[in-house]
Amino acid sequence: MSALLIAQLTFSEAFRRKLIWAVLFLSGVFLVFYAFGFQLLRDDVVTFNDQRGGRPGDFLPYDVQASAMVLLGLYTVNFLSGVMTIFAAVGAISAEIESGTLQAMLPKPISRWEVILGKYLGFLVMIAVYIALMVGGVLGISRVIGAYTPPNIIHGYVLIVLVSAILLSLTMLGSTIFSTMANGVVVFMLYGMAVTGGLVEQIGNSLDNDTMVRIGVITSVAVPSDAMWKLASYVVQPQVAVNLLGPNPFGTAAPPSDLAVRYALIYCVTLVVASVLVFRRRDI
Amino acid sequence: MAQDVADTAQRDARAAGIDRSSLAAPAAVGGPPAIETRALHKRFGTKVVVHDLTFSVQQGEVFGFLGPNGAGKTTSIKMLMGLVRPTSGEARLLGLPAGRRDARRRIGFLPELFRFHDWLSGREVLDLHGRLYGMTASQRAAAIPRALELVGLSRRGDEPLRTYSKGMQQRIGIAQAILNDPLVVLLDEPTSALDPVGRLDVRNLIRHLRDEGRTVLLNSHLLSEVEMVCDRVAIIHHGRVATIGPLDELRQGDVLVQLLLATLPPAHRAILDTHGRVHDVQNGRTDRVQVTLELPSPERVPELVAALAAAGAQIHGVTPHTTTLEELFFSIVREDDELRNEARA
Repeated sequence: MSALLIAQLTFSEAFRRKLIWAVLFLSGVFLVFYAFGFQLLRDDVVTFNDQRGGRPGDFLPYDVQASAMVLLGLYTVNFLSGVMTIFAAVGAISAEIESGTLQAMLPKPISRWEVILGKYLGFLVMIAVYIALMVGGVLGISRVIGAYTPPNIIHGYVLIVLVSAILLSLTMLGSTIFSTMANGVVVFMLYGMAVTGGLVEQIGNSLDNDTMVRIGVITSVAVPSDAMWKLASYVVQPQVAVNLLGPNPFGTAAPPSDLAVRYALIYCVTLVVASVLVFRRRDI
Repeated sequence: MAQDVADTAQRDARAAGIDRSSLAAPAAVGGPPAIETRALHKRFGTKVVVHDLTFSVQQGEVFGFLGPNGAGKTTSIKMLMGLVRPTSGEARLLGLPAGRRDARRRIGFLPELFRFHDWLSGREVLDLHGRLYGMTASQRAAAIPRALELVGLSRRGDEPLRTYSKGMQQRIGIAQAILNDPLVVLLDEPTSALDPVGRLDVRNLIRHLRDEGRTVLLNSHLLSEVEMVCDRVAIIHHGRVATIGPLDELRQGDVLVQLLLATLPPAHRAILDTHGRVHDVQNGRTDRVQVTLELPSPERVPELVAALAAAGAQIHGVTPHTTTLEELFFSIVREDDELRNEARA
């Protein structure tokens, strides 16, 4: 099937771009610092406990601190993978129209939906592998250095992939409509809006401000990426940490429902279908 | 390509000897026309780019697609390849609606503007495009070396495309267009980046394709090139077919003849006027009179010479001058514009 050929091409093409290597390099640097930070946290807690004659500190239990550290790590992974998704796919269709690559590909006996689907799958596999490596890195550091294992890490991983899938759907649709440059601007604005909307909702929740909560809900309907991150952050924390940390920029005490997850999945499928419909009518 | 040169020289000689007008509507290999458009329209916003384009190309023909910049040639070809959706009208390839997937299986296409994945080697690019054509591994293994050979890239096939010159990129573009053993090959400006040697290579390749019975549609702004390889041409102007036909036929009726006479008495002048239209008479510097006149057809030249000789004229020289495609092109484009202006006024 030609879609798989396009997927394979998209996957290998991504590694030809310097940008991807830069992100991978920075991700490596991040993991090194992260491991270092975790080590410092562990040392501090141990020293603190030793000073108190071996009694655990009464400020925050170690598990809660370690969980916050994991959350911070996953938040960074979520952010990096989101940015990488947008950067990788921003010109998926538009750049190939602009450069003329599609002029030689589309006259072949392949359908346009295969091009969209193939590219989508290629990027999604790439990003899922990247997230797996990064989540694996954070988990490994947490276990080896911090002696702490967060719960539901696979569930969290799938949700972080879903965040990227949402951004990927949005970026693909944009690249069938706009030029590469315009698409970059539009998608980053929407991404920023989703993150800000999520924050506004959190603040609204703690202030009991309905308007702020509504703004948050509307932005999560428009771009459900932040809501899925909230859910991911919720599931990878032990209940004690959720209770103690409360709502914060990296996590939430009130997770989105299953309905929100279903909505996010339908959102992805709808946007991919829309990309196909737009692309089919597009003059190359 | 080198081994082709000997063949080609032979073919050139043969082509020169053969009256190619007999190929006006070449005996079709059979089946539907290779390319057929009916009242094809394309509007971008308010701008009509292709306006009522109707023409057909029989299988086995080498067809030249000519026209000034902005005439709508590339847009027409893109509609044939399904890259651009017609606003209205119909285009068919080998009898199937253009743009349909199965219509594209036996078609080869070199776009005017193209780019390939330049980190791949020439061979890998062809392999990718072969897979896009749906060719099996063994088909590709046979077709790729053959295509590289035909475009003269056999020895450079393993180098990455980004190290290729513009001309080599164009050659690899042509190679992907003939990879799938296509029945119809559409080449949009295939020689724009090529030097004279490259152009000759492409001409030979087109002749090679014709000899194998394939149909070629050649869009080129190099009129001399079209003149050398095409059986028939269409001149596209303002998105319509301004004229279409075998070159020899299009050129007919437009023979300019230069006569060098000792003198031009009124009696001889009268003979000239009865045979054709005198454009110019010069008798200033030399003791000869140089006359330029237009005859309705090349066959009238001997008649005129005989009539002048019978009347006692001393003829020092007769130079018939067939219209080049370039002159034809300009006259048609100009005529068309004049007609439009009149229609507007």
